Amino acid sequence: MNRRLLITIGIAGALACAPPPPVAAQVRLNGAGATFPNIIYQNWILTYNQKFDNVEINYQSIGSGGGIRQFSEKTVDFGGSDAPMTDSAIAAIDGNVLHIPTVLGAVVATYNLPGLAQAVRFTPDVLADIFLGKITNWSDARLTSINPGVTLPNQDIIVVHRSDGSGTTYVWVDYLTKVSPEWARRVGRGTSVNWPVGLGGRGNEGVTATTRQTPGAIGYVELGYALINKMPVGVVRNKSGNWITPSLESVTAAAAGAMRDMGSDTDFRVSITDPSGAQAYPIASFTWLLVRKQYPDAAKSRELVTFVWWALTDGQAKAAGLGYAPLPAALRPWIQARLTTITAGGRPVWTGPSTR
Amino acid sequence: MSSPEPRWTLRGPNTGDRAYRVVLTGLALVLPLLILVLFAQLVVSALPAIAKFGPSFLWTSTWDPVAEVYGAAPMIFGTLASSFLALLIAIPLAVGVAIFLTEFAPRWLRQPVAFLVELLAAIPSVVYGLWGIFVLIPFLRAHVVPPLKAVLGWTPFFQGAFYGNSLLAGGIILAIMVVPYIAAVSREVLLAVPSSQREAALAMGATRWEAVRSAVLPYGRAGIIGAIILGLGRSLGETMAVTMVIGNRHDIGLSALQPAYTMAAAIANEFTEATTDMYLSALFEVGLILFIITVAVNALARLLIWRVARGAAVGSRAL
Repeated sequence: MNRRLLITIGIAGALACAPPPPVAAQVRLNGAGATFPNIIYQNWILTYNQKFDNVEINYQSIGSGGGIRQFSEKTVDFGGSDAPMTDSAIAAIDGNVLHIPTVLGAVVATYNLPGLAQAVRFTPDVLADIFLGKITNWSDARLTSINPGVTLPNQDIIVVHRSDGSGTTYVWVDYLTKVSPEWARRVGRGTSVNWPVGLGGRGNEGVTATTRQTPGAIGYVELGYALINKMPVGVVRNKSGNWITPSLESVTAAAAGAMRDMGSDTDFRVSITDPSGAQAYPIASFTWLLVRKQYPDAAKSRELVTFVWWALTDGQAKAAGLGYAPLPAALRPWIQARLTTITAGGRPVWTGPSTR
Repeated sequence: MSSPEPRWTLRGPNTGDRAYRVVLTGLALVLPLLILVLFAQLVVSALPAIAKFGPSFLWTSTWDPVAEVYGAAPMIFGTLASSFLALLIAIPLAVGVAIFLTEFAPRWLRQPVAFLVELLAAIPSVVYGLWGIFVLIPFLRAHVVPPLKAVLGWTPFFQGAFYGNSLLAGGIILAIMVVPYIAAVSREVLLAVPSSQREAALAMGATRWEAVRSAVLPYGRAGIIGAIILGLGRSLGETMAVTMVIGNRHDIGLSALQPAYTMAAAIANEFTEATTDMYLSALFEVGLILFIITVAVNALARLLIWRVARGAAVGSRAL
């Protein structure tokens, strides 16, 4: 054995034996799931960790499907999902799950029409018929009649959709399912669907790249992604008949509008696409954290709920800067009521914001 | 035998030898075992889909995760078609490069060109994908597809509108990715052809080209086929670059201008959000089919090489 190796081993040994930094009972929380909220979750975790160094939180963005799977198999303490768990999936884990909305995301139509300065307007049925392959040209009378003053070119419409399973797709087709009976019958909703027409791009960046490279293309991406990349976004007519430009404010307004339909006893597994509300952008959705109703470990679950509550209050201020729409403040008491029902060993772990 | 044994004679295998042998045998068995375990795992995970859809999974083309109806025909077709297209472009290119480098190029040019060609293999596939989206597809749209449609538009292979992302784009990207493999191995094979073969042909009055065609290439045939199969194996399994340019559409069409899908791309795309068990199982079955096709292609290649070469020619021993 040569000397270098011996020294290396010596150092490694010394490091291994060094006393750990003096911290009070370290709690480690593991989560996994949706990729869409990953940026803000990592930001929350980082900020939270700097404030309270007795908690170590880890979130892996492996996709909503993987998040639900790992949460159900109890390999993680909490999950993240862009699509709510189905009734059968919840039944399979004996109903031991709470869906806690954390932020809002929206999905916007983006298009490639060179030389067009104004935003293109879409009605729900026009949007559905484009993605059904029934409206195939930008100069179609149904498009020109709702876009007075906009010169739409005589150009084929090329639909671009996500090729990977995605919560973004779920929100988009959930909306189309609500507004178009034909879409509901022929395609339906899911994180990936059997697209009637179009090209598939991988991820928001894949859809964006294909859209930007293909004249006449129309695709859909997350609002935050479109804002950061300064992409042209479609204006959509909402349920109240108003033309709404997608923005973080109009998305929060969508959640506020949807609250009226939910009622305070909701389990939050609600789709908020096509909500009521005059200023609501209609293609929006919650993203959820999945937590258990009963945890085995009181200390751990208390830290988890404390973190979740922090994210829903102090953490919300971070949302807008990162391209997410914050939850309407009116939703907080409802979520708080749900969080207080979480138990460990039959006892509630968190009784309200003042616990810490 | 009466005299005492000298210390250095062989007394049969000692303990160290035996341990060494056991360890090596174990290591040698790990890989085949891994393949078997992999295969078994794929079969087990795919069982629900196999049981539900039966063999029709192979020839139906609906892929509807909402209704839970799955058929892999478009992906199987797309995988084979894109790889076929890739080989169609890559073989003449790569074998041409190999012949040029071994037979015709001036000596000072050989090493740099060979190095550059092999460097193509070092580029990450996602970079190829990006290049495909931002350079290749616009170039195809502006300069390649219009003349192609004008001349060959009447054939079923170049019909329909060209959106950019297509089987053609996927095939070209794959071709560029497999050229370095085929070229590098072919070059080694041609270098190993004894110069006596060449000289004999030239002595018979053959031109340089005739010597290559009638003496060098037949001698290295098995090795070159092996090189092509190596390239085919790579293109069948390539995922990232293909999914970025092929259009990811579950459709079967003869036209190279239409979007298509491959098995590897579908698995990579849909695995993370496959929320239901049947969906996941269907993806595992796609993986199983890809596995079987890859193994079958390799087995076929071995068979071909044995039949063509009977172990005599260069390169066949290496394969």
